[in-house]
Amino acid sequence: MKENLYKYILGIADNSLILGQRMGALTGHGPSLETDIACTNISLDLFGQVRNYYQYAAKIARDGRTEDDIAFLRKEREYYNVLLVEQPNTDFAFTIGRQFLFDVYHLLFLTELQKSNDLTLSAIATKSIKEVSYHQRFSSDWIKRLGDGTEESHQKMQTAIDDLWTYTDELFHQTVADKAMVQEGIGVDVTKLKKDYYIKVNEILEEATLKIPETNYFQKGGKKGIHTEHLGYLLSDLQYMQRTYPNMEW
Amino acid sequence: MATKNWPLWEVFVRSKNGLEHRHFGSLHAADADMALENARDVYTRRNEGVSIWVVESKHITASNPEHNGELFEPAQDKVYRHPTFYDLPDEVKHM
Repeated sequence: MKENLYKYILGIADNSLILGQRMGALTGHGPSLETDIACTNISLDLFGQVRNYYQYAAKIARDGRTEDDIAFLRKEREYYNVLLVEQPNTDFAFTIGRQFLFDVYHLLFLTELQKSNDLTLSAIATKSIKEVSYHQRFSSDWIKRLGDGTEESHQKMQTAIDDLWTYTDELFHQTVADKAMVQEGIGVDVTKLKKDYYIKVNEILEEATLKIPETNYFQKGGKKGIHTEHLGYLLSDLQYMQRTYPNMEW
Repeated sequence: MATKNWPLWEVFVRSKNGLEHRHFGSLHAADADMALENARDVYTRRNEGVSIWVVESKHITASNPEHNGELFEPAQDKVYRHPTFYDLPDEVKHM
C-alpha cells in the first residue's frame, strides 16, 4: 500500500468530513429557514467530496475496507483533520467564522490540487472547486454582514474570529506524508498558500470592520491525530450507528 | 429574533434557457444580495434553475379579490377571444 498517498488523501478528506458533520448538525437548528438550508447544502457538498476521496483511499488501501469503514470506523487519533474544523457550533458567528477561515484555505488548496500529477485527485479538485467558491462567497458575505452589522453582531463575530484564529496556522503545517507527496508532484505545498490566505482573510475582515487578531501563539496537532476534546464527542455522534449496528445500511 | 425584521421577497426562477421566469415561492432576507443567495439555496438546490429574479414583496401590487367579479367574470363568455381557430406548427413549443 502507498502509505503516504493514503494518509495524504485522508488528511484532505477528513477536513471535509468533520466540517460537514458540524454543518449537518445544524439541520433543523439554523437561525432561519434560509440559513438552515444553506448550512445543510454546504454540509452535503462536503460529504459528496468526502465520498470521492474515501473511495479512492479504499482503492489504495486494498485491505477490503470500504469508504464507509474509513469514514466510520477509525479511532480519534486516526483522523487527520485540522483542529479548526472540529471546533463546535458555539453560535452562528462561530459557525460562520469557522467556515470562512476554512473556505479561504480550501479554495486556495483545491486550485493548486488541480495541478496534481495524480489524475484522480486533480479531477476531484476540479469537481469540488465550484462548490467551494460558493461556500467562500456565502461565509464571506456573512462575515461582512455580522461584522458590519449591529453592535452585538459585531462583538459576537469579533469574539469568534479571535477564538478561532489560533487554529489557522496549522492549515499550513506539513506532515511527513504531505512533504513526500509534494516531492512526487502529487501534493500541494501548503506553506506556499499561507501568504495569499492571510491577504484574502484580512481583506474580508477589514471590509467587515473586524480587527485582525494579533497573536504569535497557535494551536496544532490535528494533522498528526492529536485533537481537541471536541472531536471525540463529534465522532461518537458520527459513528454511533455503525458501532451499535455493525454493517447496517439504510 | 432579528429575522422577524427581515422583509419578504418573491422568487422567480427560469428553469431553462428559452423559458420565462416563473414564480417559485417566497423567502425572507435582509437585502437583495441575501435574497438571491437564499433563493439559490432554497429553490435551486435540486438543479431547478439557470436564472433567478428576486423582488421585494411590497413592490408587487395585487388585485383585490373583492373586485374579482368586475375584473374577471366579463371575460368568461367571450370564447372568440381565444386564438383556437389557428393550426399551430409542431415546431412551435411552449404555447
